[in-house]
Amino acid sequence: MRSKRPDAGSTAVALMFSLFLVIFTLATVYLFLAQVWPFSDVRIWFPPAITDFGKQIDSQFHRTLIITGVIFVLAQFGLALTIFRSRDRGQKASYIEGNSTMEFVWTLATVVMFVGLAFYGEHAWAEAHFMGAAPGALMVEVTGQQFAWNFRYAGPDGKFGRLQPELVSASSGNPLGLDPRDPSGKDDVVSPVMYVPVGREVELLIRSQDVTHSFYVRELRLKQDAVPGMTIAMHFNATVEGQYEIACAELCGLGHYRMRSFLNVVSQADYDKWFQDQETALTQ
Amino acid sequence: MVTHESGGHHHPPTGFIRKYIFSIDHKVIGIQYWFLALFSVFVGMFLSLLMRLHLVWPNLKLPFTAGGVMLPETYLALVTMHGSIMVFMVLTTAPQGGFGNYALPIQIGAEDMAFPILNMLSFWTTFVSLMVLIAAFFVTGGPPIGGWTAYPPLSALGEIVGPGQGTGMTLWVVGVMIFCLASLLGALNFIVTTVDLRAKGMTFGRLPLTVWSWLITAILGLLAFGVLLAACILLLLDRVAGTSFFIPGGLVVTDTVITWHKGGSPLLWQHLFWFFGHPEVYIAILPGMGVASHLLATFSRKPVFGYKAMVGAMLAIGFLGFCVWGHHMFVSGMSPYSAFAFSIMTMTIGVPSAIKTFNWMGTLWGGKIQFTTAMLFALGFVSLFVTGGLSGLFLAQPSLDLYLHDTYFVVAHFHLIMGVAAIFGIFAATFFWFPKMFGRMLSEPLGKIHFWLTFVGVYCIFMPMHFLGLAGHPRRYADTTGVNFLAPLHTVHYFITIAAFFTISAQLIFLFNVIYSLIAGKKASANPWNATTLEWSVSSPPPFDNFGGVVPVVYRGAYEFSVPDAAEDFIPQGLAPEKVGRAH
Repeated sequence: MRSKRPDAGSTAVALMFSLFLVIFTLATVYLFLAQVWPFSDVRIWFPPAITDFGKQIDSQFHRTLIITGVIFVLAQFGLALTIFRSRDRGQKASYIEGNSTMEFVWTLATVVMFVGLAFYGEHAWAEAHFMGAAPGALMVEVTGQQFAWNFRYAGPDGKFGRLQPELVSASSGNPLGLDPRDPSGKDDVVSPVMYVPVGREVELLIRSQDVTHSFYVRELRLKQDAVPGMTIAMHFNATVEGQYEIACAELCGLGHYRMRSFLNVVSQADYDKWFQDQETALTQ
Repeated sequence: MVTHESGGHHHPPTGFIRKYIFSIDHKVIGIQYWFLALFSVFVGMFLSLLMRLHLVWPNLKLPFTAGGVMLPETYLALVTMHGSIMVFMVLTTAPQGGFGNYALPIQIGAEDMAFPILNMLSFWTTFVSLMVLIAAFFVTGGPPIGGWTAYPPLSALGEIVGPGQGTGMTLWVVGVMIFCLASLLGALNFIVTTVDLRAKGMTFGRLPLTVWSWLITAILGLLAFGVLLAACILLLLDRVAGTSFFIPGGLVVTDTVITWHKGGSPLLWQHLFWFFGHPEVYIAILPGMGVASHLLATFSRKPVFGYKAMVGAMLAIGFLGFCVWGHHMFVSGMSPYSAFAFSIMTMTIGVPSAIKTFNWMGTLWGGKIQFTTAMLFALGFVSLFVTGGLSGLFLAQPSLDLYLHDTYFVVAHFHLIMGVAAIFGIFAATFFWFPKMFGRMLSEPLGKIHFWLTFVGVYCIFMPMHFLGLAGHPRRYADTTGVNFLAPLHTVHYFITIAAFFTISAQLIFLFNVIYSLIAGKKASANPWNATTLEWSVSSPPPFDNFGGVVPVVYRGAYEFSVPDAAEDFIPQGLAPEKVGRAH
């Protein structure tokens, strides 16, 4: 039997490797539990969800985190233990070519765990995409363009007016190209920020004028690309009043990082007042 | 069918140009690919360093930004070029074109690749592609902006949608097209060589796992790069010939109506791109898996645990890799019903990945580990593969993608698994085969210092990025001033930038090690690692025709380590049974 390689330095290196894996694993687990960046008060976690749907997403996230967390700790600790235990102590390595029973068991275990997780996660996805908005939802058309968001409300007639690309002119106050000849567009409100009443189902119709953007509100746990040539529906029902940031999540050019707006979730009375002010501004 | 284009028998060329520049020797071509990747990885790292500096000190004046502060479009160009150079020129070239080219023919007992001239053309086509990509830095209108995914209509409409969409983007598309051609040629060569040129006794069941990984990678490359090539041709036509494959009608860009395009679909590009793009991830990582399996067995002096399961897992990953592209598109506007199928398939691909991890542990367990630098990188690969793979279980779920898609969580995930883990595979392969390639050993002390700084460094860079993503930080943001909720996260960016600075600096140790060892490294023996595969049965470096006129014969599998009753703890594949020493 050959002696160990002189440059292999077994026990010290094995200990160092194993210790590093243990420390790294514990540090990672700590960060996931603390949810605050060390030596600061910076929150490194989701902001609180403001919809029931968002809370479902959080539950699915936590289920996934627990399963992957356990696998992560077992795998890294297992690797640390294996490395330390199997270091060169002058022994002879064992001659094992495999074990079919073990292969079968861990294959089955991962199939059940991983695929099971995927099935579990489908509930929230189905609610977001397979089910439409509840009847009587407030319709808001969301339009992305380099590098701004515009939100259109149908007004009292409940109908969106016709849009003509040739009429688009951000500088003269018609960023969406509303056609003045279409009567159903007369009462359409176009706003650079979004207002919605608290506790009201809202249906978004997401579109883009130029390149692909992505509508993203962290507190809603929603993200949807705004794709030119398509109108994509999303829906939510926000239950907590407040102002939330809307960010663009798809690279759209040099101003991508500053393409943002605000979602204002307000009381029905405040919403009515805001909407009335917009309507008044239209007629002036 | 398979003939050697250079004639019946290889004669070593004598002129410098035929020997080192336009060589048809797979060993020289492998080394050429390796140097191309080495150059590219330093370019790519330098770009990432500039990005990290800008994110933390946006007002920093840098000499190469025309004396001023970095503009957002410059940052996005860096993102694009960093990604493209790293994915195409490093992660695709080094593991396959580099080590595959160098080691595969010798490991299967062939005297060269099946098509040596085609092999030379593959390398030089890759080189042209790199030059075209780099030329995109220097054209008017600026280098391309689009990320490595180049989603149209942004990438298709031209200069009207902003800087970086002119000549720079055209060069990007052309560069990638040329790269596709090079990769297709290479893939064909690898497949034919492996199938047809195996030595007597080298059955598929005795192939080293490295060869299996290169073979499966080549099959993926053959099927995937053709699709990207087609997609790039369509994108180029949209850009220069007025077609509208990816551009719908009625677009308005800064108050200008685009009347000359209509009827195209932006999602078509995403489907084509990711049909290539997801297998590409495995093109980058499969050779790393092969190298890790090979080295874990060699340096723990044990047979690979579950050889057949390892091959089966790689085949499964290769097959499933073509069924999961939609998981990049959950929020793209694609049919939400297909998301369910893509999600299940993606979760399923976690199973063979887990099987590999279990088998790596099984290989190590009860071994006698030799902590060479090559082995340290292979062990690091396993740890990184687990860490990077597990975050995939989040991203494979469309419901969680509603929050996590296109955040730094994704950046952390793919950097750990296809960036850093694959790079660790490349480092492991470098330390392992350097003695064979250059006849000299890399310095082990320098290698170990480099390993530790890199291993600690990459975790310090990429683990915090998960938390940026959990806090909702979108990726590809030129700075953190445009959105209010990003401002507090600056402190996390600060930590990452410091870690990146140190980790990138540590790579200079590697560069020094390579240069020093090429000149003054310890002379390598034929088999410095007591390894079993055929490349270690010939001198370091091997003769021009690999086996010096001797036709190798293979008698056993690739991982006969610590066989009971054998005198040595390894039995080379080509050692005749009557020559195997018996322990007394």
